[in-house]
Amino acid sequence: MQRAVKTELNRRSFIQLTTAATGGLLISLYLDKPLLNAQQPPPPKVYPPDAFVHVRRDGHVVITVNRLEFGQGVQTSLPMILADEMDADWSQVIAELAPAADVYKDPLFGIQMVGGSGSIAHSFQQYRELGAKTRAMLVAEAADRWKVTQDQCRTENSVVYGPGNRSARYADLADDAAKKPVPQNVKLKNASEFRIIGKRVPRLDSHSKCDGSQKFGLDLDLPGMKIALVAHPPVFGGRVKSIDDRDARSLDGVRDVFEIPLAKGSAVAVVADRFWTAKQARDRLKIDWDLSGLEHADTVQLLAKYKQLAATDGNVAINRGDAKAMDQIPPANRIVAEYEFPFLAHAPMEPLNATVKFEGDKAEAWVPSQFQTMDQAVIAEVLGLKPDKVTFHTEFAGGGFGRRATTDSHIPREAALIAKRFRGTPVKLIWSREDDVRGGYYRPMHVHRVEIGIGRDGMPVAWRHVVVGQSLLAGTPFAMMIKDGVDETAVEGTKDTSYEIPNFRVTAHHPTVNVPVLWWRSVGHTHNAFVMETLVDELATRAKADPIAYRQKLLKADAKKLRSVLELLDQKSGWRKTLPRGRAFGVACHESFDTAVACAVEVSIENKRPRIHRATVAVNCGLAVNPLTVESQFQGGLGFGLTQLVVKGAITLKDGHIEQRNFDGYAPPYIMEVPMTVDVHIVPSTEPPTGCGEPPVPVISPAVVNALSKLTGKRYRTLPLKTV
Amino acid sequence: MAKYRLTVNGSEKTVDVDPSTPLLWVLREELKMTGTKYGCGISACGACTVHVDGVATRSCVVPVSLIGKREIVTIEGVASDPVGRVVQSAWVEKDVVQCGYCQSGQIMSAVALLKATPNPTDTNIEESMGGNLCRCATYVRIREAIASASRQIKGAA
Repeated sequence: MQRAVKTELNRRSFIQLTTAATGGLLISLYLDKPLLNAQQPPPPKVYPPDAFVHVRRDGHVVITVNRLEFGQGVQTSLPMILADEMDADWSQVIAELAPAADVYKDPLFGIQMVGGSGSIAHSFQQYRELGAKTRAMLVAEAADRWKVTQDQCRTENSVVYGPGNRSARYADLADDAAKKPVPQNVKLKNASEFRIIGKRVPRLDSHSKCDGSQKFGLDLDLPGMKIALVAHPPVFGGRVKSIDDRDARSLDGVRDVFEIPLAKGSAVAVVADRFWTAKQARDRLKIDWDLSGLEHADTVQLLAKYKQLAATDGNVAINRGDAKAMDQIPPANRIVAEYEFPFLAHAPMEPLNATVKFEGDKAEAWVPSQFQTMDQAVIAEVLGLKPDKVTFHTEFAGGGFGRRATTDSHIPREAALIAKRFRGTPVKLIWSREDDVRGGYYRPMHVHRVEIGIGRDGMPVAWRHVVVGQSLLAGTPFAMMIKDGVDETAVEGTKDTSYEIPNFRVTAHHPTVNVPVLWWRSVGHTHNAFVMETLVDELATRAKADPIAYRQKLLKADAKKLRSVLELLDQKSGWRKTLPRGRAFGVACHESFDTAVACAVEVSIENKRPRIHRATVAVNCGLAVNPLTVESQFQGGLGFGLTQLVVKGAITLKDGHIEQRNFDGYAPPYIMEVPMTVDVHIVPSTEPPTGCGEPPVPVISPAVVNALSKLTGKRYRTLPLKTV
Repeated sequence: MAKYRLTVNGSEKTVDVDPSTPLLWVLREELKMTGTKYGCGISACGACTVHVDGVATRSCVVPVSLIGKREIVTIEGVASDPVGRVVQSAWVEKDVVQCGYCQSGQIMSAVALLKATPNPTDTNIEESMGGNLCRCATYVRIREAIASASRQIKGAA
């Protein structure tokens, strides 16, 4: 469909739908501050189908995906939604990732991005309407040609059928259909009419990822392209005092060595023809760093400081009931627990990268980006251009987990700063694995201190909870979400717990530390769910209650989604009643990003480590658009969550220096450290779909630790899990 | 710089590179075969796994100067091997991939495993696949795909 068409999708309806479907965090992002930056234009009010669908003459239907694909499967799921309403032949669908452009901004967030598990939740209605409008235009064209009414036509598999055995392929109608007016209102299908949505549809990118042909950002190869590596200061914020680059420049193929500014401090860029040359040259640099006046963060000292803070009341996140109720509970009926969580790196498999070509009055960028709008704007700012002068290609990413969504766009910024010196030449910046592990932007370190007063019936009467950890939002464009000195992302999962606790107080301290921090898949839920679900399990054990039944009793009456998953888990984890000796059952449940999850694991101890024989998961994510993808996200998301438990699952600092270097020192879970099987059960639902990228992550670590506690009688409150 | 003649996926290639250059970067940057991935550069993640004379090898730590006449097979060429074809199709059948970045290495390790041990135990699988990191943690389906491929290989034998 060639022609730009004018339509007005009902944006109010998006907002209503998503208001019903999503939590406060996302809504406040939209309502309080629709734009991150006043210079950013608002998302378009017009969603022209031709920006999203192109019917080729050969019958292929090309659907544009307004998101990064980095494993979550949205490159398959979003086209499924559009193709279903369009009645397109799925076997002819091709999906393409959208470049940066206003039309591809997230309808709710107002910027082009992936985050908050929002890809399907925010674009479900948008893609349905786009598909239905495209179908309506094709039908209108067929009806006109046949001189029949549109009601006399039906569609199936990219063909319009009319009275008297008439039929026309979409491919033969498309050019003329594109000239039809875009209908204002279209009737969407009833759930019973879906032919693609709700089916287990294999990924469109499976073949290309199994034969080596899929190109990721790092695989980009352009004529004349140079490779850049950057030597960063050994302490965050350090700056270059002097560079001795004689040895580096003596290597064949080194093109330049120069200092670049960082958001804080400075660094040294090395540009060469090849990666290996650039790496050898960087290794040969002798840089004298100015580290004066910088905080040299040290995790041992930070822990001591955090523990001191945790013993004091912080800024109030929630205060319900009577704060003095605790005093009525005898000490023997109290639990006092202190938890420690380390810094964690995201460490996506594809090292961070960005390629920029600067041509004076315009530029081109190729970035595996979760934040296209901001990354494009930063490249433009560095190059002295307007954002629309930067053609921004979204490249496939080898994982991300939040790491490719930085509020300072520091990777594209470095790439642009370097490319600026090489006018007309594309420059690919690569962060080596060492750069990634040592480069900051970690899940923040946290300490939680919790005091619980238990009533005679074994249920919690009073709960005092202090969270200590750096704010993710302070100093970013999202800082307006810090309310009364509390960063919501630090207390999510605790403050808004679905457990009924009459006297409940959560406070938070956010110390400032010289370590850059960033959201890590499921954000605050990683640590908050661990604390809540291990403590609730401890309460159940003290009450000699079944852990599922205890949770059902403690949940608020209106926690419908959580109740639905606990009930399903109870049915599906019948295996727990016949466990062999030496094995134990652990359970946890948690709701995040409006998706409720309950998880049961079967665990034994092998070589002083947990061996997870199986996991059973129950999930309520509303309508499951692609149950095969939902299952994948849960199977994999549990494994990602276990980053919290593995022996080498911590980033530590000594005197300002990161102590880990690569996957030898910071080692995410390998095959033997995750469940050997994972059964995923989805609660049938026709409610609007909610996210599945992040909700799998929080439940697994508490479930495993709860099983270990049954085997050993010990409680595990310090992560990573060094000994069992 | 020095010239090397390499046999990659059955065809001869000549490259002119620094002798210390790891095979990984020769494949990716000289021969433009980017299916073999860089993940860590210290043989800790397995994303760069290729076969050198049939042995699953981390190409990120093997200098090109040490290859000699040994035959290299990469993900781009593994389909010419019957076991390679079965493993690739099992991967697709089980919808294993997520981000997909590590999967070239996972498949190369699995092919080497199944050629040596057509009916692997859980222990065999963990020993052979235990150095291949997948940050999306697709491990459950990797096990399923290996089991499926194993059944097909036994059925064909």
